[in-house]
Amino acid sequence: MADRSTAPARSPAETEPLRLPPALRGQLERWASEGHPHEVCGLLVGRRNGTATSVARITRGRNLALERLRDRYTLDPEHFLAVDSVARREGLEVVGAWHTHPDHPARPSTTDRERAWESFSYLILSVTRSGVEDATAWRLAGGVFLEQPIVTEETS
Amino acid sequence: MSLATIRIPTPLRSLTAGAGEVAVRAATVRAALEELERRHPGVLARVLDERGETRGFVNIFLGDTNVKQLGGLDATVNGAAVISIVPAVAGGAP
Repeated sequence: MADRSTAPARSPAETEPLRLPPALRGQLERWASEGHPHEVCGLLVGRRNGTATSVARITRGRNLALERLRDRYTLDPEHFLAVDSVARREGLEVVGAWHTHPDHPARPSTTDRERAWESFSYLILSVTRSGVEDATAWRLAGGVFLEQPIVTEETS
Repeated sequence: MSLATIRIPTPLRSLTAGAGEVAVRAATVRAALEELERRHPGVLARVLDERGETRGFVNIFLGDTNVKQLGGLDATVNGAAVISIVPAVAGGAP
């Protein structure tokens, strides 16, 4: 039997998209490629409307998992603090985070699930030395990751 | 006691009726969080463990400083302080 806790499912109630402007997607892919073979990470800043999420800005923060940069990330909490402060002044909020899986599929791992918070969107980019192979987004609900479609379009 | 604004991250706003900030009067960070719990029961269980210490996947900042560098949650709140609950963002593959 498949382990549901690591086998993300699709539910109609949780398929509200993650809207990501093309320029930001391009920047994420550049950061992902530059960071390979290490995991790189950052935050998604924008707005939420129910379970739909619009990304207005992205940031890149330090990965503090220095002993396991190839397969672990811990975003610098001071980065979160600074980004959150600016977001609040802009009338936005930190709506989630992104990180890369070097030479690994863009699907949340057990480690990702154990550390995830509900209400955040988690964008994962699978990257090889040739570039980004795939990008997916997920939200945690009831202890299970549900996939959010990524819609690459301009956000207001 | 001083006036403190507690900043609530998105994942905890379902426990604060959607509020992104809660203003309290308290003398210490711990007291401020306890006041937050009085107003929004259940939120503190996500932030502190059974010993009353910060959970491993949460960081508490007083201004720009992690309370770990200020001696912990009993750090004094002075003036119009901002206390930020910062969820740890971590993971990895596999």
